[in-house]
Amino acid sequence: MIDRAPATGDERPPKPRPAPVPDADSAPYWTAAHEGRLVIQHCTRCGARQLYARDRCLVCRGSVEWVEASGRGTVYSYTVIRQNYTRPFRDWIPYVVALVDLEEGPRVMTNIVGCEPEAVRVGMPVRAHFEAVSEEAGIALFSPEG
Amino acid sequence: MIAGVATSDYPHLPNMSEHAVHGQAADRALADAGLTFADIDGFATTGFFPMYATGVAEYLGLHPIYFDETNSGGSSFEVLVEHAAYAVESGAVDVVLVTYGSVQLSQMGRRLGTGGGGGGFAPGPAIYDALWGNTLVGNYAMATRRHMYEFGTTPEQLAAVAVTMRRHAATNPQAQERELITVDDVVSSRLVADPLHKLDCCVISDGGGACVVTTEERAADLPGTPVYVLGAAHATTHHLNLSAMPNLTVTPAAQCGPVAFARAGITHADVDVAQLYDSFTITVVLTVEDLGFCAKGEGGAFVEDGGLEVGGRLPTNTDGGGLSACHPGMRGMFLIVEAVRQLRDEGGATQVPDARIAVAHGTGGMLSTGATLVLGLDAP
Repeated sequence: MIDRAPATGDERPPKPRPAPVPDADSAPYWTAAHEGRLVIQHCTRCGARQLYARDRCLVCRGSVEWVEASGRGTVYSYTVIRQNYTRPFRDWIPYVVALVDLEEGPRVMTNIVGCEPEAVRVGMPVRAHFEAVSEEAGIALFSPEG
Repeated sequence: MIAGVATSDYPHLPNMSEHAVHGQAADRALADAGLTFADIDGFATTGFFPMYATGVAEYLGLHPIYFDETNSGGSSFEVLVEHAAYAVESGAVDVVLVTYGSVQLSQMGRRLGTGGGGGGFAPGPAIYDALWGNTLVGNYAMATRRHMYEFGTTPEQLAAVAVTMRRHAATNPQAQERELITVDDVVSSRLVADPLHKLDCCVISDGGGACVVTTEERAADLPGTPVYVLGAAHATTHHLNLSAMPNLTVTPAAQCGPVAFARAGITHADVDVAQLYDSFTITVVLTVEDLGFCAKGEGGAFVEDGGLEVGGRLPTNTDGGGLSACHPGMRGMFLIVEAVRQLRDEGGATQVPDARIAVAHGTGGMLSTGATLVLGLDAP
């Protein structure tokens, strides 16, 4: 999704985006994103909603289930990364890292793509779309709504 | 009580090992206290590997009956000194040596702040924020952006922190950067992670320090001027996932600061000088707010117009801070050393007249941890 020319002088092939390794807590989250769905945890006792994946509710320590989220959210904060020596990110510079508050409440870190970095604003409505990053895992990126 | 303090040589030590930096700082702090290695029965330090303190004790030839390597990032040394104060107060041990050493600049160069985000160091749940190419600077940049959005804080206000630190560093012969800078220099330096510029970021250095914590009784027999640990506390809100920080404009200092002040029985008006972790300019703005020196959102105005200079609202980082003097990765030890020097009237050109109470506050991780020490010349 972020597709930029590699830094000048680096002849190596582009390095892929890193992929999460699902574990017992997180597998449903990464698998859903692989299938193009954004899911969040919902407490069966108190109704609180949360990310990231945990074995219990952060509010009442009750048990949690996975429910589908709308994929809509707003930018809580963001930065434009202009220096990162690590591949593949250095090939993307400048790029936006953001915290997005989902409509349902939980906050996630992500990249904002599909617009110029300078166009991103706090409070901007954004919508999730998905990228498979391994055979089993996907991630949710966000773009400006509309 | 803190009976002795020292910094090692800094900021560039290409011919010293990390462990030798610990040793040099230890030698100097013990000499400052009027003690020797034979007097030590407790030892504390921390680094980036498990059983780190054990390794440094081995290198130094110490066989302590108390050791501690609590790691909370940049605030670690405030926590270690708090623990050491409890340990000697309880009678468990008599003299605890606390050391720090790093040759980060010589070993790693300047990559720490602007590398990563690739899932490399992402234990367990830390993976969630490790996939996006975020950097250490990026985390602080997002806190800055949110503070600007909520409170109208300006790049120029943030720059005032860097300008003041440089003014202080200009009087410190060891400081890494000593050439005076202006607000315009800061805001026109290149952006590393918007809205943080290069000069909003700390330097990266080699260096270390040490302090000696002991009982009031033992300190009374020593030649120097000891300093009381009047109150201390620490707190955490999250680890490596900035997405788990409840509010990007409120750091753990809001929790531990008031507790430390209450334990010390002081108010803000009692504080003569502060040493506040300045990994980035925003770190200082957030810390003066969260410790309660001004209201939330007013930190930008507080640091402007020389607010942090000697003679200002809160003289801060009188050695030049991490922004200009020295930042080897976990700077907390330097805060303690400089606070003690101020209280002992050894502050040189940036001495705060008649300083009797100092606050040292460390911040670690991605604004993840905070630890406050209230130090004073007078018995509680």
